Amino acid sequence: MKTDELIAMLGTNVERVDHRQVTRLLGLTVVVAVAIAVGTTLLMLGIRADALDSASLVFLGLKLGFAAAIVALGAMYLAKVARPGGERMAPVTIVALPFIAIVLLAAIALAFAPSSHWNNMVVGDQWLECLLSIPIIAIVPFAVVIWAVRRTAPTDLVRAGALAGLVAGGISAIGYALHCTDDSVPFVALWYGGTIAICTLAGAILGPRLLRW
Amino acid sequence: MVAGLAGDAASHRMLLERLSHHLRAYYKSRLLRGGRSVAEAEDLVQDALIAIHTQRHTYDPTQPLTPWVYAVARYKLIDHLRRTRASSADVPIEDADEILARDDHAAAESAYDLNRLLARIPKKMRSAIQCVKLDGLSVAEAAGRCGVSESAIKVNVHRGLKALAALIAREKIA
Repeated sequence: MKTDELIAMLGTNVERVDHRQVTRLLGLTVVVAVAIAVGTTLLMLGIRADALDSASLVFLGLKLGFAAAIVALGAMYLAKVARPGGERMAPVTIVALPFIAIVLLAAIALAFAPSSHWNNMVVGDQWLECLLSIPIIAIVPFAVVIWAVRRTAPTDLVRAGALAGLVAGGISAIGYALHCTDDSVPFVALWYGGTIAICTLAGAILGPRLLRW
Repeated sequence: MVAGLAGDAASHRMLLERLSHHLRAYYKSRLLRGGRSVAEAEDLVQDALIAIHTQRHTYDPTQPLTPWVYAVARYKLIDHLRRTRASSADVPIEDADEILARDDHAAAESAYDLNRLLARIPKKMRSAIQCVKLDGLSVAEAAGRCGVSESAIKVNVHRGLKALAALIAREKIA
């Protein structure tokens, strides 16, 4: 085939395309994925019984805020990195900010608590459930996000995969937070932060296989 | 590019034409150095052109075009080197400007045979591409000739081009 023939073919009857469709697609994907994660949590685990007590509302808000900040920042950078060449304009380290913030808050909380409470604050009652639930709930949202990113031709597959994992982990944490009854900042920092980091790592490893185009 | 995104076929064709020259220079300089053939470089030019066409919705018009084109071109080069199992020769990220600095008009022929490739995609897509892209019928005329709706024609053209790109990619592994 001659290249001129190919150009003639591609350049005949060109369809109009909307350059905003990438942002719209990713936005819609995040909304759908959050709905899936919340739905999965409510169906499999159920909402925490004391969800409307004022004490638990504070921690519910903290967990949701932490997870939502991760999802928002991650999705913002994913919208850049998901396109060809996008990795060059996105200083990805900013997505670490929510992690740094929660670790600082956890350090403050520990500093003000007697050391005999530390073990209970960090390990909590349900650390194993948290460790397993967040990655498991994240699987379907991760698949949905990857499906979307495959349509946007990323050129740095490791980074795009990592961000997809981060967003999916954050979305999963939004869902799991509705169930989780461990109310301490160090617990959220370690187990939420840690599991979301695991999701990010898994995304970085799977990215080059799943995102090729 | 922006006019092409809005559906202006003449601008789009002109853009692809000009980009093909830059892409050819880029791929030749990368591949010939490693002792590979001109036809191989031409394969890549065509791969990159198809990718630029089918992924044009990912270009953000508020950003400069060159880095976007370069990212696609570089991705296709690395992918090609990986598929053909060459040691991934150093492909530096710095020379985004280099791609527009050189120009190569001498169109060679790639190893792809369009008719043979077309014969391997589903019939609906093939006839849609034949009508709209090769015979130059409008979408409405093509819909009339194939007896399907206009949106079906559009979808089949789009899917058909993607299927062609996938066939080309698979052919390389073989």
